[in-house]
Amino acid sequence: MSAGTLRRTPLYDRHRMAGARLVPFAGWEMPVQYAGGVIAEHRAVRERCGVFDVSHMGRFDVRGPGALAALQALLSNDLGRIDAGAAQYTLLLDERGCPIDDLIAYRFEGEHFMLVVNAGRAAQDWAWLHDRLGDGVALRDDTAGWAMLAIQGPDVRDLIDLPELAPFHFDRAEVFGIPLLVAATGYTGEPGVEVVVEAARAGELWDRVVAAGVTPAGLGARDTLRLEVCYPLYGNDLGERWTALQAGLGWVCALDAKRFSGSDALLAQRERGGYDRLVAFRMTERAIPRQGMPVAGGGEVTSGTMSPSLGIGIGMAYVPAATAEPGSVLEIDVRGRPARAEVARKPLYRKGAA
Amino acid sequence: MTDPSYPDDLRYHEAHDWVRLDGDVATFGITWYAQDTLGEVVFFSPVAVGTKLDRDGDYGELESTKAVSTLVAPMSGEVIEVNEALDGAESSVNDDPYGAGWLVRVRVDDPSQADELMDAEAYQRFVDSL
Repeated sequence: MSAGTLRRTPLYDRHRMAGARLVPFAGWEMPVQYAGGVIAEHRAVRERCGVFDVSHMGRFDVRGPGALAALQALLSNDLGRIDAGAAQYTLLLDERGCPIDDLIAYRFEGEHFMLVVNAGRAAQDWAWLHDRLGDGVALRDDTAGWAMLAIQGPDVRDLIDLPELAPFHFDRAEVFGIPLLVAATGYTGEPGVEVVVEAARAGELWDRVVAAGVTPAGLGARDTLRLEVCYPLYGNDLGERWTALQAGLGWVCALDAKRFSGSDALLAQRERGGYDRLVAFRMTERAIPRQGMPVAGGGEVTSGTMSPSLGIGIGMAYVPAATAEPGSVLEIDVRGRPARAEVARKPLYRKGAA
Repeated sequence: MTDPSYPDDLRYHEAHDWVRLDGDVATFGITWYAQDTLGEVVFFSPVAVGTKLDRDGDYGELESTKAVSTLVAPMSGEVIEVNEALDGAESSVNDDPYGAGWLVRVRVDDPSQADELMDAEAYQRFVDSL
């Protein structure tokens, strides 16, 4: 994709001024890091607080009579288990039970929902939903016109006056006098919020958050943070090559409560068992695993990095069921050199255990 | 991050590796330009002490938060020491590429190979042309 066609978030100028290195990401020009670097940003989020521009993520408004039933037939998790004001991690699955995307569904009063989807999958999600939601259910793309910030870290509530929210709950609130939708969600393993703000006030909000002592952080730190806590990334750990069960996401598939797109395939796979699955691992030799590296005996690394918190190479890989238990030894082909790793329980990083 | 610099007492290879020669012992590292391009170094994986290096051959890898770079030997010789202090302090390669960030020491086969490498002025021109 040429630079001329990349989309920019309402915070683009802030990123430029802050010395960000901007890269093409899922059709957007996004900050991968700021002047301080990935490791410093990672530590800021683990130890204090960081702010990420996640405006590139797709935001779809779904509403109208029949919206609940239509989404229940398309999304893997059970929206009947949450009330208005709550959010849910869920999957959009094809008929084979493989994720088209992973997303968060926010439930409003009445038959009204917001779906926050991956930027790189928004077009596919839109097409899939548009063809299947049915008449009477309105689907609207609210990505443009709004910005989204993730403010994450243990000090977030000391630095910013936020409404009290239980995990995976959200509310409308004014923060720094700016009207926001504030949700207690995130992708770092730290306490924090994700907020949706009108594009016209995004810059003001960003400035106020940074002035409060929150460190701007880019996609690089977002990736190392999420991998330490084993949150899967679509395009790395999730994709149309593996089912939701293989990805370890059976816990967001309400197989015993409802039927939905992909549920028949998942029920059959659950019955059969014995499938390759996504595991977390830590290197027991000095090496950094990276996406695409083969695992001896079958399998493939889907994400890998040097963990800034743990100081060792970590990653996730699809491996045969026989080597998927914690403690199993994996041998990873690091550019032709075999390096040993050990399958570990998720998450790889826990607060206070590093 | 430091400012760009290319010390006069070093010789430079076009793969952005530098040499400091002292008799027949050479120290290798990567240049300011190389570390700036590579980004934050998080991992150094050198060949073992005792390995024979060929000029222009590889002597290990440096990995940053964004890329892996193969290290290119500017001169032939035998590795006599690797910088063990970089383990856990890989950022020295970024912060002090010509000092604490050195990578290996090599007993060179032929000190006159250094004459075929660029001096600081030539390397600066080379970098400016990139």
